[in-house]
Amino acid sequence: MTRGLTSTIALAGLFILVGIDIWVTPPNPYQSPPLVAFGSGFSASGGFCGNLLNEISTTVPGQ
Amino acid sequence: MMRMVLFRIALILTALILVVLVSLFSGVRFGIMLLAGFGFGVVLEGLRFGFAGPWRAMILHREPAGILAQLLAIGLVACVAIPMLAAHPTELSGAQAPIGWAMIGGAFVFGAAMQIILGCGSGTLVNAGSGNPVSLVALPFFALGSFAGAYHIFWWTDLGTLPIITLKGGTGLVATLIGLIVTAGIFFMLGKKGSRGLPRRYIIAAILIAVLAICNLLVAGQPWGVVYGLGLWAAKGAVMLGFDISSSIFWAASSSVGRLNSSVLTDYTSLTNIGMVIGAVGVSVWRNRDLSQPVPSYPLRTWFAVIVAGLALGYASRLAFGCNVGAFFSGISTGSLHGWVWFIAAFMGAFLGIRIRFFVGLEPS
Repeated sequence: MTRGLTSTIALAGLFILVGIDIWVTPPNPYQSPPLVAFGSGFSASGGFCGNLLNEISTTVPGQ
Repeated sequence: MMRMVLFRIALILTALILVVLVSLFSGVRFGIMLLAGFGFGVVLEGLRFGFAGPWRAMILHREPAGILAQLLAIGLVACVAIPMLAAHPTELSGAQAPIGWAMIGGAFVFGAAMQIILGCGSGTLVNAGSGNPVSLVALPFFALGSFAGAYHIFWWTDLGTLPIITLKGGTGLVATLIGLIVTAGIFFMLGKKGSRGLPRRYIIAAILIAVLAICNLLVAGQPWGVVYGLGLWAAKGAVMLGFDISSSIFWAASSSVGRLNSSVLTDYTSLTNIGMVIGAVGVSVWRNRDLSQPVPSYPLRTWFAVIVAGLALGYASRLAFGCNVGAFFSGISTGSLHGWVWFIAAFMGAFLGIRIRFFVGLEPS
């Protein structure tokens, strides 16, 4: 077994994951945000590992 | 020779086609994020720039070059990110999180686990892409751990958490840069004579990583991260298999439900994660020699340790509010004090992890 095989498995796994995801929740290009967040005038809204508490405190009453 | 050139051109075209497809079907911003992910993967794998390896080199051999390069990259990002965050507080958000007992414990465990498999958040993705079987096995468990860590996050934060402390504006930038210089000075002095200089590839890598991280912040509105995307993948899988997530405050929150119902091709950390794996595959294929190397064989107890370390990486990084990328790199470079505490705790954990790595047979003692 070579690193080529494990690398191929990683790539295949990734494509399967994205493929299933596209099938279940297809992206909608008509809902895409402006090209760049900086200067867009919109609040940052992406998920981020450091912002768990901030995010919940604004979405779950009482937290 | 000509065949190799054509092959490499085909590789680049394939990557660009993927970016165009994501731009067309998700939006141009998401296409740019995938491109940034490719960049991270190419730089990390192509220039052998990482986090776990340099920490190990410092601890075992007193070679500080890798850590000095990390601090250089963080400083470069801080010079742009901290003033930008102060000037545009709504459009841009930093990696700011509170210091707490669970955060410190999580960083310690993460530091240990990343030395066991010799791969951190970004390293596990890049190593999996370049054909490392240990990272390939650890990766899905990393994602599961990240999902579970977020599931239980409030139980852990209830153990005690300070308010978020952020170094802001000009004063915050100066304080951050002084902190980085002092830290670099300590590692420089502790380093072995003759191994203190920064190799050119590290300087180039630090500059390129900094440029990509700044692009990440400006385009996505948030810093470079890894763990959130992995947890989201596992959460999506859990929901698809019928797992009830309504009892989790985090996963049942409207923002999480919104992301679970959206494509991973619209999630910034997922896109850079995907890009990193593909970028690392691309570099390995480009080199045309790495992928023909045989993979080492390990005993069963080693694979068990890899699985446990993968779970620990994911779970602990959630309690620590990020991994080496989201907490250490992005935390410090966007002025969050938790990034500094994360670094100290994780570095202490690394001493333990190095010992465990020998013990479980991932390395001959």
